[in-house]
Amino acid sequence: MAKATFRIWRGDADEAQFVDYETEVSEGMVVLDAVHRIQAEQANDLAVRWNCKAGKCGSCSAEVNGNPKLMCMMRLNDLPLDKPVTVEPMRAFPIIKDLVTDVSWNFKVKEKMKPFTPRPPDAEDGTWRMEQEDIDHIQEFRKCIECFLCQDVCHVLREHDLHDEFIGPRFFVYAASLEMHPIDTENRLEELKNEDGIGYCNITKCCTKVCPEHITITDNAIIPLKERVVDQFYDPIKKLFRVFSGKA
Amino acid sequence: MAHPELTLVENRPFQTQRKDTWWVQPLAVFIGLGVFIVYATFRVFWGQHYLHDPYLSPFYSPLLFSPDGSHSWFGVMPEWMPAFITPAVLILWAPLGFRFTCYYYRGAYYKAFWADPPSCSVSEPRKGYRGEHSFPLVVQNIHRYFMYIAIIFLGILSYDVWLALWFDDGNGGKTFGIGIGTIILAGNVVFLGGYTLGCHSLRHLVGGAVNLLSKAPIRRNMYNCISCLNSKHMLWAWMSLCWVGFSDLYVFLASIYDFKDWITF
Repeated sequence: MAKATFRIWRGDADEAQFVDYETEVSEGMVVLDAVHRIQAEQANDLAVRWNCKAGKCGSCSAEVNGNPKLMCMMRLNDLPLDKPVTVEPMRAFPIIKDLVTDVSWNFKVKEKMKPFTPRPPDAEDGTWRMEQEDIDHIQEFRKCIECFLCQDVCHVLREHDLHDEFIGPRFFVYAASLEMHPIDTENRLEELKNEDGIGYCNITKCCTKVCPEHITITDNAIIPLKERVVDQFYDPIKKLFRVFSGKA
Repeated sequence: MAHPELTLVENRPFQTQRKDTWWVQPLAVFIGLGVFIVYATFRVFWGQHYLHDPYLSPFYSPLLFSPDGSHSWFGVMPEWMPAFITPAVLILWAPLGFRFTCYYYRGAYYKAFWADPPSCSVSEPRKGYRGEHSFPLVVQNIHRYFMYIAIIFLGILSYDVWLALWFDDGNGGKTFGIGIGTIILAGNVVFLGGYTLGCHSLRHLVGGAVNLLSKAPIRRNMYNCISCLNSKHMLWAWMSLCWVGFSDLYVFLASIYDFKDWITF
């Protein structure tokens, strides 16, 4: 059986380093399989978060050869195994131990956002009527598995640590799913501009590239939200139109 | 084997664990845009060889003024105009502004020219960051106004293609024909059309701002068409940029060597 070397980040916030592990690899294996084999045979105390092994729970997010990936979906035959494969925790979040990071900041961000606020029900039984095509518009945003790889790769969080001023691509997708919802009535544009820092996004499209669910984050969520913010705050003609139409 | 020298914290510019050729794309953008900027600057400030009847270089269209008043909308260039103001300088700010503020180009040149970031998950050479949240880059939000002008330019360039179908017949009249230059200028309109009509701001204007597109069928159809073009916005952006440069080069060479174009009549 062939062997490959995995250079895995070991340690915690105080002290950590890369450690090399050589292990057997076989056809069809993914990075998470190799990490599990190393954990079973060589490093019983290696911390790794995982759950479904099917790319649907978003637990095993890490950086493989510097690229944010779900370890359970990263096939070894797509990697150059003649060199050590580096496996690191996500850099945008505080490390807990080895490959496990504290992603709780994301849940706090979500709690602060204005929730779904539907219009009054359309029917007496308390239900609404919607056209399928209006829902199709936002359906892709619902595919998000909250792996936070988009947050990890975003340089505003990863490099500039602006967690207090910028909510990151994941929550722009969430905001878009609410803001564009056919029965939602809430206006989140002021928050998006002032508190959520949508202006910090400089459209690198890295979030779109790493999304394991292939959500078109930049083109379908962030840019449309940026355009709505422009409508509201930066476009003088739109502003005039609102004044004269009594919508200001 | 332990590697204490390898740090998790990216503290050096361009540091990354990526093993692929991440630098190729930003370098290609740097070279591509750099070559265009150098060529366009040279052509714009030269102010000559932009017309080879009936072909007008797209860098100089619309021709508001010309040195001798021929082919221009408003006659001779005013005398009080400084010498460096060529007919191209008067108009080229609009298409260049459209491209400069374009969502695709913004992402591309932030990476290629300012390393902000150099590439995905590659460390940056500076620590401070304001993005488009404050001045000066908040001005990028003007993009939709450049888009309005770009659509007008598209109409003007289409009219130039019409004019490029009519050639001197040698008796003081005009005769219909299709030259290589005509095809090149028509290709320019096609590529610029694909780029301009796939603009993110236009997509927002026609339907992106509406949550109930089912109640606006015309807007829905327009939105779907623009979304289709928008999904290949990068491709259209590069094809149109290359072709507009090539169109100018063709007219420039045709003018400077005064060669007779191959014409189908």
